Amino acid sequence: MSDLDAFRAEIRAWLEENCPAEMRQPARDEDDVCWGGRNFQFKNEAQKQWLERCVAKGYTVPDWPKAYGGAGMSPAEAKIWREEMHRINARPPLSSFGIWMLGPALLKFGTEEQKVHYLGQIARGEIRWCQGYSEPGSGSDLVSLQTFGEDKGDHWVVNGSKIWTSYANKADWIFCLVRTDKANKYQGISFLLFDMTTPGVSTKPILLISGNSPFCETFFDNVVVPKAQIVGELNRGWDVAKYLLGHEREMISGAGGNDRLNTLGPVLSRAGLEDPLLRAEIAMFDVDALAFSAMGEKFLDEAKVGKAHPAQPNMMKYAGTELNKRRYELLMAGGGSAALEWESEASDGGSKARAWLRTKANSIEGGTSEVMLNVVAKRILDLPGA
Amino acid sequence: MPLYHTEDQAMLADTARSFMAEEGAIAKQLRHWRDQGCKDGFGHGLWKQFAELGLTGVLVAEADGGLGMGHVEAGIVLEEIGRNLTPSPFLTSAVAAATALGAGNAELRGRYLPGLLAGESVFAVAIDEGPKHRPERIKTRAARAGNGFKLDGAKSFVLQGGSADMLVVAARTSGNDDDAEGITLFAVPKDAAGLSQDAVRLVDSSMATHVKLDGVLVDADAVIGEVDGGRDLLNKVLAAGRIGAAAESVGVAGGAFDMTTTYLKQRKQFGKLIGEFQALQHRAAHLYSEIEIARAATIKAQQLLDGGSDKAELMVSVAKAKAGKAAGLAVKEGVQMHGGIGMTDEYDIGLYMKRDRALAEFMGDVYYHAERVAQLTGY
Repeated sequence: MSDLDAFRAEIRAWLEENCPAEMRQPARDEDDVCWGGRNFQFKNEAQKQWLERCVAKGYTVPDWPKAYGGAGMSPAEAKIWREEMHRINARPPLSSFGIWMLGPALLKFGTEEQKVHYLGQIARGEIRWCQGYSEPGSGSDLVSLQTFGEDKGDHWVVNGSKIWTSYANKADWIFCLVRTDKANKYQGISFLLFDMTTPGVSTKPILLISGNSPFCETFFDNVVVPKAQIVGELNRGWDVAKYLLGHEREMISGAGGNDRLNTLGPVLSRAGLEDPLLRAEIAMFDVDALAFSAMGEKFLDEAKVGKAHPAQPNMMKYAGTELNKRRYELLMAGGGSAALEWESEASDGGSKARAWLRTKANSIEGGTSEVMLNVVAKRILDLPGA
Repeated sequence: MPLYHTEDQAMLADTARSFMAEEGAIAKQLRHWRDQGCKDGFGHGLWKQFAELGLTGVLVAEADGGLGMGHVEAGIVLEEIGRNLTPSPFLTSAVAAATALGAGNAELRGRYLPGLLAGESVFAVAIDEGPKHRPERIKTRAARAGNGFKLDGAKSFVLQGGSADMLVVAARTSGNDDDAEGITLFAVPKDAAGLSQDAVRLVDSSMATHVKLDGVLVDADAVIGEVDGGRDLLNKVLAAGRIGAAAESVGVAGGAFDMTTTYLKQRKQFGKLIGEFQALQHRAAHLYSEIEIARAATIKAQQLLDGGSDKAELMVSVAKAKAGKAAGLAVKEGVQMHGGIGMTDEYDIGLYMKRDRALAEFMGDVYYHAERVAQLTGY
């Protein structure tokens, strides 16, 4: 038995013993997800147990170093972890923007002190993070952002507002792009971290077409941020932001295997499949979905060893989100009039219709499909003037 | 296993890439033989060179003198074949027929494999019986006769059948046309009495035949594998051919894509390089994405097949369908983005379009394989 086979056996046995039965089914919606944080209410005892057991082993962030709360797994070991989790349909013990986005940026740009402090909190699910990027006037053209941090010696005073801040009303801390030099567009932005309970921070949820409010407007009114809470160099926050966006796009793409990668045919009702043209479209979709799941696996394998093109997350985000939108269009078509129900018990409060509408943001948030294609054209294809 | 090439595989890819770009180039092979009206549609000299590099034995067991490699390695060669539109019997002989022969007895392997390894023999596979790939239904009959069998029926789309020294023929030894069981594979020599072939040149300049089997008598030792139990072996041959064709399609897509993006960076209109226009940039970026995904599906299927996974069959169909879609898009966008010269015979992009069309039909098109995906996933 090779070392990796032994490792797989060990993981399999550990999961068998430690993953509660309730956690061995895919999360139905964002309510089922364990987000962690100061104010997080566990949905049940199993969810809490699952998190605690994983935290103790570093399995919430299996490929982070042990010193920062991870399990120090190699790329091959982390892949085995994912495969074994997938094999029993285990839910991730903890999902968070800290794990997906801030963590990788801190691992690359953070000081040792920041790594030990913030990464440990993220790994243990103690602090829930939100992302302060977009502004009312700065969507796709993110670098034009105006939120300003005035230098006051040992701290900045931040004024401005952000929009589309996911779960800002539930988050404990924010990682935020703040202009610290008005004269320099790209090299005048800093990447700051601060507590959402700091005086002057307020949030207002935005009601979406899905009827839910996953996003907020976030306002900063003379918010004091100590100088130690900067990641990377002063005015070089755009480098951190871009690096982090790569991870955000990877996350939104669905690479790494969550339930969105499953095929559609088996989950649709017979009624939907009896329509031959719809069935054919579903089959063509399933070809694309299964092919994309291989792409996700290949991308992660390559990214872990530095073989992936640095702009590849943009391609992944484009393809993954367009696929997910198509998936929900077909789920709605397959569901017929039953899928239209918005407030019934049978529809679990319109979960399908709401999820369908929610997917329309997939190709907007974290960089629109059009921006993704621009980036691929420029950085991967090297097309002129792109 | 990570979804990228090992060091050994990367070295093979380097070898295959430079060999095919040099010796298998369009001007040197495809156009050369086409313009001569070559009856084989490929060059035997190049086939010898394949053998000198060991490539004809890529899927032949080491015990039989081959390299004993897998579908990942065969796919590496095929991707370069696709990129250069290199005409050769590699897919039919070294991939599909070699997979069948690998299941044959020692006598059969000894009779045919040395010729393949030396690049002196060409083999074809005769499976299809109509214009669409329907291997579930095999009407060609083989009845016991004396010490052997008598074959009656007709086969079509037998690539390189006219050049082949031996044809692997899928025939029915029992049961009804649509039965899964009752299939037997035969190694039928080209000069067997009662075997006649009608050769046709296809759109991509390759040669195929319509085969007539009119009371063809073969000895019992022409049987590959087991009598009546050939469905599993046929499925193995089909999987090998399909994933091979998928890899070649990825190469065709990559070749067409490279030509097209190069053109976008050279051609000027309205005082600009046409690659500056966002309408074309977005289409090129979308195409890049489709080709990358097709390549990922293909290597995944290759690895599953090499590992003997029970998910291989599903992923092979995913890869064949996805690679067909991506390559189809690549050649259509390629011709369109080249504008008028894309329609000329002088320019190579049209050759990619032709090859893609032939590959798309080989062993099941995108619709056939999407249907298989539906059935294999339970609907």
